Amino acid sequence: MTGVSQVLLLFLIGCALAVSITRNLLTSVIIYTCFSMVMCIIWITLESPDLAITEAAVGTGITSLLYFLTLKKIHAIDARNKAKMKRNETARDGGEGHE
Amino acid sequence: MFSKWLMNYEETAAVILFCIGFSMMLFNRNLIKKIIGMDMMDSSIYLFLASQGYIEGHKAPIVTGGVQSTEAYINPIPSGLVLTGIVVAVSVSALMMALSIRLYHRYHTLDLDKIVALTGREEA
Amino acid sequence: MSDRKSDLPGGRFVRWLNQDQDVLERQMIAAQNREPDSDEEMEEAWRRERFLEDQKEEEVVASRLEALNERKVPVIGRVVYMLGCMLICIAMIMLLLYTVTTLPGFGGEIDPAQNEVPRRYIEQGLQETGALNIVTGMILDYRAFDTLGESTVLFAAAMVVLFLLRLDPESNRYSTLAASIREEPYADTFYEPKNDSILQHTAKILTPVAFLLGIYVVLNGHLTPGGGFSGGAIVGAGLVLHVTAFGFEDIRRFFTYRTYQRTVVTALLTYAFSKTYSFYTGANGIESIIPLGMPGAILSGGLILLLNICVGFIVTCTVYVLYAVFRKGDV
Repeated sequence: MTGVSQVLLLFLIGCALAVSITRNLLTSVIIYTCFSMVMCIIWITLESPDLAITEAAVGTGITSLLYFLTLKKIHAIDARNKAKMKRNETARDGGEGHE
Repeated sequence: MFSKWLMNYEETAAVILFCIGFSMMLFNRNLIKKIIGMDMMDSSIYLFLASQGYIEGHKAPIVTGGVQSTEAYINPIPSGLVLTGIVVAVSVSALMMALSIRLYHRYHTLDLDKIVALTGREEA
Repeated sequence: MSDRKSDLPGGRFVRWLNQDQDVLERQMIAAQNREPDSDEEMEEAWRRERFLEDQKEEEVVASRLEALNERKVPVIGRVVYMLGCMLICIAMIMLLLYTVTTLPGFGGEIDPAQNEVPRRYIEQGLQETGALNIVTGMILDYRAFDTLGESTVLFAAAMVVLFLLRLDPESNRYSTLAASIREEPYADTFYEPKNDSILQHTAKILTPVAFLLGIYVVLNGHLTPGGGFSGGAIVGAGLVLHVTAFGFEDIRRFFTYRTYQRTVVTALLTYAFSKTYSFYTGANGIESIIPLGMPGAILSGGLILLLNICVGFIVTCTVYVLYAVFRKGDV
């Protein structure tokens, strides 16, 4: 059991380092979801099933859902969408300039 | 010293995770990265608390077979505290994400340095 | 900002004559339909002024952002900041790692945290709370006010998120945020597949399962791991799955902002009153009239089942509201 926990903790630290190194926001959020799932298993190895089920539902589910929605809102997911937004903005500014 | 770290391996991992989250908050200028770093610091503190309550060979604190002695179950108090903490952490990160969305709509950037530069000395 | 004439009711008409703007045209039609009300017109003028100010400020911000993007960041300041950060990080990790070496061994029985409080919870918990799960018995009986505060924090967070991200195109017609949303209808969901059949079939199978699992976890909180928070989050996730697959129309028919407010406030008040009653009568070992029941049965544990259901309602509604507000700016 000790070996399993140590490997899981190493994986946790690896996930954390990967999140801090990655430049792409979507990638880092996905890796953070991974981090939460590993955390879930660590709660089981620490004999706290209450924490495991709460982390699985709240930490992994709801937090990453909110992260994805935030990325959607700040146009960090779809590059096409971002380009479209930019084009619209320039068109609007240009239109006002002509008036 | 090294053997002590190996013995307290859960606490050591929690400390390292705390420092990774802390450095993420310091070194990254992106607000989303800062929020993830803060969530990570939260998780590391929960890991530390729960590892303090763990006792080798004891079972999860759910009464089975009518056994009610401290020799059978781990310490339930850290579990209760962390349970509260996880839910509050979600509320805090939802709040911070809503604030960053508002900042993005206002300033069209999530770079904190640029936002500070845009808010400061408006007349200059 | 704009001229003084805009404050007078006549000034607006003059301005409408001179400038041809869509917004004003629509206002004219609206003004014909209702009794002229100077207060409302004043408010409209104020909003319009705010809108123009916002637009001007937005242009200023955009130009300054462009200038910032082109400007070279002073390297020396950046380097000093990085060095300072590294020093702080290294100092912190040294300090914390040193602290770890002074802790009692991991998993040992001799630990300051293992004092008489957890002993009391473990040895007397079943008799005093009637819950098999000692953690649930602890957070919903001995420390129930803590959990009440936690639920209130969740509610407050949802309300603040609603306050920050709510978009009501009717009431703030002139806000820049609402304008950008109106201009690009469903900018957020533009490229998403609508009525995706894989998603819909999966949701048809998974949503009832998620509901069942969540309700099971809520109702068995005092017997098995779980409780109001995790079960509520599972039911909320089921709702979110349904909404993602089939759209918001089904849920909006019975769940609006008012429903949310009423449900959560009722649940919080039920929690508070029942727990207050229990503290008045049953705390400190005084006999209460609420039977603890047979340990292991569903209807046991005194008030814990009721409190779990209350918390489950709060968490479910909050998860759905957070999703809806982040998704489309309204409940």
